[in-house]
Amino acid sequence: MITIEDIYKSFNGFEVLRGASLQVDKGEIVALIGKSGYGKSVLMKHVAGLMKPDRGRVLVDGQDISRLKSKELGQLRSRFGFLFQGGALFDSLTVFDNVAFPLREKTKLAEKEISERVLSELDQVGLTGSERKYPAEISGGMIKRAALARSLVREPEIMFFDEPTTGLDPITANNILALISSCHQRLKFTGIIVTHQIPKIFGIVEKVALLDEGRVLIAGSPDDILASDNPVVRQFLGNSIEGPQTNMD
Amino acid sequence: MGAFLIKGVFCALTPPLKFYRFLKQLGFIGFQSTLVILLTGAFTGMVMGLQGFYTLTRFASEAFLGPMVALALIRELGPVITALMVTGRAGSAVTAEIGIMRITEQIDALELMGLNPYRYLIVPNLLAALIALPLLTAIFDVIGIFGGYVVGVKLLGVGPGTYFGEMVNYVDMEDITGGLYKSISFGVIIAWVCCYKGFYTGFGAEGVSRATTQAVVLSSVLILVWDYFMTSALF
Repeated sequence: MITIEDIYKSFNGFEVLRGASLQVDKGEIVALIGKSGYGKSVLMKHVAGLMKPDRGRVLVDGQDISRLKSKELGQLRSRFGFLFQGGALFDSLTVFDNVAFPLREKTKLAEKEISERVLSELDQVGLTGSERKYPAEISGGMIKRAALARSLVREPEIMFFDEPTTGLDPITANNILALISSCHQRLKFTGIIVTHQIPKIFGIVEKVALLDEGRVLIAGSPDDILASDNPVVRQFLGNSIEGPQTNMD
Repeated sequence: MGAFLIKGVFCALTPPLKFYRFLKQLGFIGFQSTLVILLTGAFTGMVMGLQGFYTLTRFASEAFLGPMVALALIRELGPVITALMVTGRAGSAVTAEIGIMRITEQIDALELMGLNPYRYLIVPNLLAALIALPLLTAIFDVIGIFGGYVVGVKLLGVGPGTYFGEMVNYVDMEDITGGLYKSISFGVIIAWVCCYKGFYTGFGAEGVSRATTQAVVLSSVLILVWDYFMTSALF
């Protein structure tokens, strides 16, 4: 369903991605893991069409996403859902209006039906009673849950999760991961999740890809990754400072 | 920057228009700037009344105080000072708002919903500035002329009939339309520069702060430079 082929991307002369390739099959969630600053979010934003590669291509259902016209890209994106690291809720709208926003703008549903779907989605993420609050009035975990509800309300085929648990306490982080898992079972979306939640994330994904120095060093099932002898993988899984990755920059 | 304006104008000319957002921005850029325009307009007119009276007295021409105040306000000071005040009050806020939306990925979120951020963020500001600037300029001109009247007629003793009578004789329709065209073009400059700087802001709070400063400085300079070319073309 998603094919990332040999992507290169530089920012101000600094090469972040250096030939990253990855295959994501329909219905599976792939966890992108790796050191901070090694291009995980950048790679995911290429798949979502928010960035264009310097070289290489991203195919979604066989379509090269960087060659699509803006209207075609808009149509493709209407199949996407994206949970941003900070939630990216609209400050000026209430939680209810944030979740209703994509339905109001991209569908012709009646307001009553929109209201039912929004309330149902907020119930799924445990935000019943917070509909009238603004993003500034709720906690970080609630923002993530509201953002998750907004990204899922149109039942996307492809979901992107950019560090969905960053900055949350362990209990809230586990709740968010459990929510993602239950939503995946309900909606059967294809997903890419950028995360540092190792090994918790292994329980909810079908594939894990380790990004190292701008390339996908290894990709496989969680069991394959856990059994890998690769020293970078061992260092990463063991949370050890001893190993090939010692630089602090 | 040119491509940004062309894209914004294209989106403004093609449906759908986000009407609620347009009204909100019209209220913000237009209605909420009224008080500051009333204040600056009144005192600019009063200063013009004072300076004009003492200068014209040297030439025994104080009867021309009315036309002098009116022409200076309608042709130059009204459009320019209104535009500069709106830049400082509303333009900077527009840049900061769009900039914060950029750094908190709200603009990316719009794009990923398959929505065109130009229609939500640029077009409403462009249209609102286009409508608000001429109206605010008209308010500035009227209150400024009244300020000049208070100083010239009530304090310094120019005859009220002279003040307004000479104004009618010397102020042409061309002066008014010239000021109108200027204010419309200033509205485009403010919306264009302030939206652009917010849309392409740098990283973090520092990036937004720098973008806001750049937006105000660049808008103000462009307004004054464009004013020169408009004046040489129109009058």
